[in-house]
Order: sequence, then C-alpha cells, then structure tokens
Amino acid sequence: MTTLFKNARLIDPEAGTDTIGSLLVQDEKIDKTFQEQVDFEELFRTRSISPTIIDCAGKCLAPGIVDIGVKVCEPGERHKESFKSAGLAAAAGGVTTMVTRPDTTPDIDSPEVLEFVTRRAADDAEVNVLHMAALTKGRMGREMTEIGFLMDAGAVAFTDCDRVVTDTKVLSRALTYARSLGALVIAHPQEPCLSKGAAATSGPFASLRGLPTVSPMAERIGLDRDIALVEMTGARYHADQITTMRALPALERAKRNGLDITAGVSIHHLTLNELDVADYRTFFKVKPPLRSEDDRLAVIEAVGSGLIDIISSMHTPQDEESKRLPFEEAASGAVALETLLPAALRLYHAGQLDLPVLFRAMSLNPARRLGLSCGRLTAGAPADLVLFDADVPFVMDRFALRSKSGNTPFDGQRMQGKVLATYVAGQKVYARS
Amino acid sequence: MTFAHRHLLGIEQLHPTDITTILDLADNYVTLNRGASKRSDVLSGLTQINMFFENSTRTQASFELAGKRLGADVMNMAMQASSIKKGETLIDTAMTLNAMHPDLLVVRHPQSGAVDLLAQKVNCAVLNAGDGRHEHPTQALLDALTIRRSKGRLHRLSVAICGDISHSRVARSNIMLLNKMESRIRLIGPPTLMPAGIDQFGVEVFEDMHEGLQDVDVVMMLRLQLERMDGGFIPSPREYYHRYGLDAEKLAQAKPDAIIMHPGPMNRGVEIDGTLADDINRSVIQDQVEMGVAVRMAVMELLAQNQRHTNGQAA
Repeated sequence: MTTLFKNARLIDPEAGTDTIGSLLVQDEKIDKTFQEQVDFEELFRTRSISPTIIDCAGKCLAPGIVDIGVKVCEPGERHKESFKSAGLAAAAGGVTTMVTRPDTTPDIDSPEVLEFVTRRAADDAEVNVLHMAALTKGRMGREMTEIGFLMDAGAVAFTDCDRVVTDTKVLSRALTYARSLGALVIAHPQEPCLSKGAAATSGPFASLRGLPTVSPMAERIGLDRDIALVEMTGARYHADQITTMRALPALERAKRNGLDITAGVSIHHLTLNELDVADYRTFFKVKPPLRSEDDRLAVIEAVGSGLIDIISSMHTPQDEESKRLPFEEAASGAVALETLLPAALRLYHAGQLDLPVLFRAMSLNPARRLGLSCGRLTAGAPADLVLFDADVPFVMDRFALRSKSGNTPFDGQRMQGKVLATYVAGQKVYARS
Repeated sequence: MTFAHRHLLGIEQLHPTDITTILDLADNYVTLNRGASKRSDVLSGLTQINMFFENSTRTQASFELAGKRLGADVMNMAMQASSIKKGETLIDTAMTLNAMHPDLLVVRHPQSGAVDLLAQKVNCAVLNAGDGRHEHPTQALLDALTIRRSKGRLHRLSVAICGDISHSRVARSNIMLLNKMESRIRLIGPPTLMPAGIDQFGVEVFEDMHEGLQDVDVVMMLRLQLERMDGGFIPSPREYYHRYGLDAEKLAQAKPDAIIMHPGPMNRGVEIDGTLADDINRSVIQDQVEMGVAVRMAVMELLAQNQRHTNGQAA
C-alpha cells in the first residue's frame, strides 16, 4: 500500500527544515520526501504504483512524537489510566511512541511484570508502546533489578522515576552494571534531603503562599553528583528533567567533556511558571515544582541550543480525589499526552523555538537516545507521522480529553494547534472528526 | 458601612478602607465589652461553627466568646479527634457541615491554602483562623487595633517583627496589613528562619537585633515553636535568647515609648524576657487579647450583614 502526502509543510528535524513538499509512504515506511515540484503522474507510472493521495493543504507534517516518561497506571490504578485510554490520548496528541514509566503498583521491576504490561499494551494501544523498568527493586534504592533479563524482555531504559537513589554506592554499582550491558539509565536529579516535603520552589511567591519549598539549587546538586558518577562509571545517562538555570552550566560542561549524558524537560516547565499556582491550584502541582520565569526562559533557550535534548509530556494521571486536597497534600503530576503538542506550539507562536527544533526535541532526539529508527522523515524510517494545523485556536476543555484523568493545568486556557491525523507505521490511528 | 467580602480568608484581599472599617467597628465593641452588659443581638438566629484542625485554646476561646456576645449559636468542633482520623477528606467534612446550614464557619488548618479550598465548597461565610504558614488575618487586625489605640495611627510607624518569620502566618498577615496601611516594616531574625525572597515584600531585613530595633515604634515578637529549637534552625534556645530574645538592653535601641507585642503563647526566657512581658508601661500583650475579641466581633458582624443580605435575596 502506498500513500502520498502532497502539498504538506514538511517539518524535518534532522535536516532542520520547514518546507512545502510531499512525502511518499510505501507500506510501513517512508519511501521518499520531495521538496521540489514533481510530476507525480510520471512517477507513479514509472514505479507502477497507484497511491492514495492525501492533500495536506499546506498543513504541517512531522515525525510522530516519541514521549519518554508516560505513566500508564496499569497495573494497579487502571481507573486513572489504562493502555487503551492512554493509547487513544497519545494518538489524538500526535504521540506515536509512548515510553512508559515503571512507577506503577506494583513497580515494573521484574521480567514477569514487564511481560504483563507488554502484553496489555500490545492488545490495547494503537500507538507504539515501549517500556522502561525500575533501576532498583521496588524503586527502593537498595538493590539493582535484573537489568539483563529486563533488557531481554524489552526494557528500553532503567529508571526509579521521581525517586532519587540516595545511596551513592548503590547508584554507582547500578550504573557500572548498566554500562556493561549498554543500558540507558534515566535519573531524576535532585538532592533528596533538600527537596523532602517540598511543594513549591523557594522564592517570594512560595513565601507569600506559605508553602514548604525546595531551593532550585537542589537540582544542580543532584545533577553534579550524577555527573561525577557517570564520569566514574562511563554509563549511559539521561536526566529526566532539567528545569533550572543553575543546573545548565554543569550539564554543558559534562557534555563538553564527552560524557554520555542527555537531558530532558517536561512541557510544563517550558510553558508554565510558579506563579501559575495562584490560589493553590493543585493541577499545577508537578514534580519538580514549577520554577521561576527566569528559569523557564533559560530552559527554553537550552532546548533551542540543543543543550537540553528532549521534551517530554511527563504524563501523570491523577484522579479527582488525589487533587481535591490542600496543596501540600495533593498528588503531583499532570496529564499531557494530548496537550504536549499545542503547549509546545505556544513556544513556536511566541517566536521562541521553531518547528524543526521542537520536533528535534520531541521526536528525533528521544528516538535517537533509545536507538529507534523513527522520529525522522528520512527514507526508510517508519511512517510514524503527525499531520497538524499549527494555527487553529481552541479553548482547552479537560472533560474532552481522552485520558481517563483530566488533571491538566491547561483547562480553560486558549491554545493554538490541533492534530488532524496521526499515523503509526503508515496506518491512520487518529483522524480529527 | 460597607464591606464587600463574602469571606475573610486573608489580609491580602482587603483594601485599606476595609481594614479601617473593621477597626472602627471593633473600637465600638471594645467599649461594649468593657461595659456591664456585654450582649448584642446582631448575630441572633445565626449559627457559627468553629472548626479547628489544629490545637488552639486562645484563638478558639476568643472566637467563641465573640460569637456568643453577638448572640450567635456557637458550636465548637475539635477536628483532630473526629472524622479526619477516620479518613474523611477536608472537602467531605466541609460538605457535611454545610448541609447543617451554618452561617459562619471559623476554620483553622495546619496546611496553607486549606481554608481557601474549603471556602470554595460551602455556602456560608468562612473566617480564616489561621492556615498553615499562610495567613492569620484576625491576628493582624487585632494587632493593628492594639497599635492604633496605643499610637493613635497606623501609618508612618516603624514596626519590627522579630523571630521565626519563616513558619509564621502571623508575620505574613502583619506584613501585608502594615504595608497596606503605609507603615515601615523591619524583619529581624536568624537567616534560617527568614523565608526566601522576603526582601521583595517591601520590608527591611535584619540579622542583628540591635540594628533592627533602632528607633522602632512597635516591637512585635513571634513565638518560636518548640520543635524548631533543637539544632535544626537554631543551635539552642539559650543562644537564641542571647541573640534574638527581647530584653531591656536590646529594647533600649527602640524609641523610648515603643510598645511590645506578642501573639502568644509566650516562651519566657526564649524569645522574651519575663519581666519585660509583664511591664505594664511597655507591654500591650494583654491588650492584644482584649482587642482580639472585639476585632472578631467586628469581622463577624460585617460578614453576617452580607450573609443576611444574600440569604434575603435568595428567599
């Protein structure tokens, strides 16, 4: 089966281009992109194909998003999110590959549990689903998991999610062992004593609201320790979220010194700041807490320069009960599979990041980091694509989300940009009705 | 006399004229409270529920007395002992009480923002009696009344607030109120008990008590919680007393007629010298307690007025 997407605004993060052109898909793979005017009739005849032609009418066609750090609440809390609902949300958000977190109940820390979720995901989700496994058993930070077996069972990375492995010896051994297998370790850089019990970033706003705080320096201290350990062990390391200005020079140095380090940031830290919490709005409680505007701008710049490699949704479903509590007690996290793209487009409309850079951070870099061939518009890459209108305005309604949980901080906000269709391996998995 | 607020959640939402309205009315109640008959009937027929999720003797007693003197039916609920222990959420508790049709809900809660959250869910007027480290508006108002009666004004005074600013809702409400009334505020305390970025709130911050007390009109001491005394924030109570405890020698830096205030309960010999606290020429600590009842009566009358108005419209 062949499909021709013509008259599309092709967003190619690899070439860094944003041009009008066409893209030909043959079965599951991208066959060729055309930037110039082509006589397609001629082409079809010579290759004796009769493709389905989709006129994109100048809308954007980009490689599907690869989202590292999605929480699907299976097993344990299926009422918050299942593979089915997460898959629908992902498809509607232009996410063609979800890379799930192991902080479920129980944790995904053994090949048996991993096998269970792999089966569930394959049955229920229409987009690609890859799984991460815990780095330590029960994410308790004491003993490493069976990294080898878990890799055999398909784990693409190892992480204790938002828990920091406080025992430096345990982490150094886990990193050393992971290196021998070429496993990617994803950590949450944070000094755990400083951040204990914190609900906000220290500063005038949190002081005014009387919330327990953590200094932004806690992230830098955590990152500094981890960088030293990576230098010591030679492991492949990814920092899940770098959200503060003060951590950036350390990251820059580590990269310059040739360490195998990458860093990510959540879409919320790029588009919101601490003041959005306003009168204790718990949908804005995330981990780490939202930062100052200066931090936000510095982090956007770091995504632009490539210092921060990856933008993730950090999709974390929470039910109403977990959020309808005093701010300190309320659960952290926000759903974002469906809002990742429109939120990222805010940065585009504000003139801060262009589309190829955004898709480098959302599609190409995460795919590269995990050794996947998707995330690009190159011939031979899987035809995981998102077709979207970057300009159409709408008001976000959390009850219209496909996720089972509606805890989005963007509820009621004006946004721009909607997904028109999503394709996984050339198959349409979502079309806007 | 208009007071355009449904709840009293904090000083932050009040306009300077609101503050003056409350204090003027409270002045009348001071007179009433000193008279032979202390009864008024402005709240008669109304129900007041005091929900204290955190231990309190004085504030609760003050609210209870204020309500009773105004003729309200007052009920006290000790929340630590009740349903919260059984796992009921704050909102469910609020909804349950709401169904009993109270008119005034007085709430104290150990977490910042909890009273705001509760106020969104009930139909009656909510009075914040202290939420976490956030606000304690009636304390700031009673402090303001005490200062105004002693100094004759609230503007162009130099007020020092000393001690554990970081964990204090009293300090936050007072900073906001005194700023709105155009007084100068000096915060004095060890840096470990000073919240981050506080210097951006229109205050001067001092780490040295002698320097900070220079020529102030009012010295407001804060209570140092016992659990913060041992090594975590300060080395020891005795070193704290030496450096930040109010004694005659440090007080000599202030204006000769400077008054001493404390929201209570005091730790004598930790943050304040016992003799100074009892000095009737300098200490207005007992006046603060008296003003507390009057201010709470005033606030409740104003809120009840609006409450009756809305109820009347609904009927």
